[in-house]
Amino acid sequence: MSATPLLELRGIDKSFGPVQVLRDVALTVHPGEVTALVGDNGAGKSTLVKCISGIHPTDDGEFLFNGEPVHIGSPRDAATLGIEVVYQDLALCDNLDIVQNMFLGRERRSGIVLDEPTMEQLAAETLAGLSIRTVTSLRQHVSSLSGGQRQTVAIAKAVLWNSKLVILDEPTAALGVAQTAQVLELVRRLADNGLAVVLISHNMNDVFAVSDRIAALYLGQMVAQVKTTDITHAQVVELITAGRSGGLGLATDPGSNGDGPQAADSISGGVR
Amino acid sequence: MTTTAVRKDGPAAVTPTPTVGGHVRNYLSRVRGGDVGALPAVLGLIVLCTVFAIMRPSSFLSAGNFANLFTQGAAVTLIAMGLVFVLLLGEIDLSAGFASGVCAAVLANVVTVLGYPWWVAVLAAVATGVVIGTTLGMLVAKIGIPSFVVTLAGFLAFQGVVLLLVKDGTNISVRDDVLVAIANRNLAPALGWVLTALAVVGYAAVQLLRHRNRAARGLITDPLAVVALRIGGLAVILGTAVYVLNLERSRNVLIVSLKGVPIVVPIIAVLLVVWTFVLQRTSYGRHIYAVGGNREAARRAGIGVDRIRISVFVICSSMAAIGGIVAASRANSVDPNTGGSNVLLYAVGAAVIGGTSLFGGKGRVFDAVLGGAVVAVIENGMGLMGYTAGVKYVVTGVVLLLAASVDALSRRRAAATGTR
Repeated sequence: MSATPLLELRGIDKSFGPVQVLRDVALTVHPGEVTALVGDNGAGKSTLVKCISGIHPTDDGEFLFNGEPVHIGSPRDAATLGIEVVYQDLALCDNLDIVQNMFLGRERRSGIVLDEPTMEQLAAETLAGLSIRTVTSLRQHVSSLSGGQRQTVAIAKAVLWNSKLVILDEPTAALGVAQTAQVLELVRRLADNGLAVVLISHNMNDVFAVSDRIAALYLGQMVAQVKTTDITHAQVVELITAGRSGGLGLATDPGSNGDGPQAADSISGGVR
Repeated sequence: MTTTAVRKDGPAAVTPTPTVGGHVRNYLSRVRGGDVGALPAVLGLIVLCTVFAIMRPSSFLSAGNFANLFTQGAAVTLIAMGLVFVLLLGEIDLSAGFASGVCAAVLANVVTVLGYPWWVAVLAAVATGVVIGTTLGMLVAKIGIPSFVVTLAGFLAFQGVVLLLVKDGTNISVRDDVLVAIANRNLAPALGWVLTALAVVGYAAVQLLRHRNRAARGLITDPLAVVALRIGGLAVILGTAVYVLNLERSRNVLIVSLKGVPIVVPIIAVLLVVWTFVLQRTSYGRHIYAVGGNREAARRAGIGVDRIRISVFVICSSMAAIGGIVAASRANSVDPNTGGSNVLLYAVGAAVIGGTSLFGGKGRVFDAVLGGAVVAVIENGMGLMGYTAGVKYVVTGVVLLLAASVDALSRRRAAATGTR
């Protein structure tokens, strides 16, 4: 593992009106690692991701990027830092081909004319760099791709921009067995290439197959962030459903613990 | 990492050596997969022309009639070219017909009633189109009224505006030489050949440069034979058309000589090239396709969706204005029915017959020209065969229905062959 985390969140609070969605959430994400973000429906996973990607402003808390405090006020700020999000509902245009989709909104031009050859070359290089060999032609329309191939294109699109942190929102939710394996392999490869990856997933098999660390949210609180090797399937499920498991997670006695989860392999204290 | 899952979906992306046979096979498999493109319109055009040529060989195949086809179909084609942009977003502009009428009425008022020179009138007409388009686009994009309703209201209101502008039913004649020439005069035969040569050379240069550029970077290219075939095909089609149009088509040469390419043809050709360039080669055009294909994806990609939606209505109404100018020129006047009756329906029909999808995201400006040709041939051929307006409308309606069915069926086919 690396010394400084790429992204560190401290004490993030977020409310929508009277509803407090995130409470004093802390999260550390390291380059070259896959951090799985797990939690039940409504635990605040999506909100947390939207805060990181600049869609929602946070009410309170600190963002540290590469150890430097930063302010992420808009999706553009996040993109400038190198944070890319691959959403569940893919955000690809069916009627455009792979290259056109990968460069959508950030087309390369020479003068006012689109520079297609350059874009095609860069797209091919990116796909090759990720060892993606599943697409036969870069000029294929996305409508003719399988679910796994689409997810692959969406991920490759996120990587194209020298991104440092890629957040994947349930990338395997709609895929079959073979395609899931293919996408997970790609997720692993992103981390092996030195990127920091945050993977949101409901599927414990996926989480254990690919992640280095697991961060569990329970009702808007980060109840644990531990190494995947230090925790079992059953413990994660308990963290997700009850907020604690044995010595992990929320303390039985409210108010008897420190402030938030710690990184690394120590067992973290609960929150409040 | 294992690669078992990876190998499943197909072979590694080896760069195949381009061959003509492979190119043809590729095209055929695309057609079978539901990407029929302009094929139905081209086939339809060939069938219609064959039928009319057999039924009325002397009149339909005459050079005079060939020239007529262009002037008859010009206004509808120009309006259809603008409509393609709106249809690409899955929207509709029902007011384009009467918008062209309003712009034509503005033109006639400025040039005839107020007595300004022709270019002031043309600018005023196009400016009117821009204002109409901006208003429609704002109502659709900013207020969020469905385009069907906004433009239906426009359809009714503009009909009234035309009536008001031509003072309740009188018609305003357009006598300015330049304006009349647009739809009624021809280029000198030599100029026709020069422009044809320029067009072919320009097309060849663009195609060959692109081929060389892609080949130099090691990207997959179309085989050189296919590129040559395209250039040759264009040269043959343009050459034949210009040759026929340069034949003498006056009934009595002693009174007046009538030959050359009608002036509307280069006007349509230039607009076709300009708008095709905008759609295919600029990021603005790319964004139009993106918004038409998946608006949310476009928004997340940082594209100003509202701006795009407004702009297509501006383009559509401006093209309607140009269509209106051509219509006014052809009739030498503007009356309350300019741009009325079947103009809009023919224009929408032309775009759809040419292969533009009503569901958005698919279509080219060339579709409008192709579809406009089909509509003009039906109108012209059926007229020559002595059918009444009633029969013509029925046949045009059936052809439009056929085109829309091809669109819907090919979408189903595409959805079935794609592994979604």
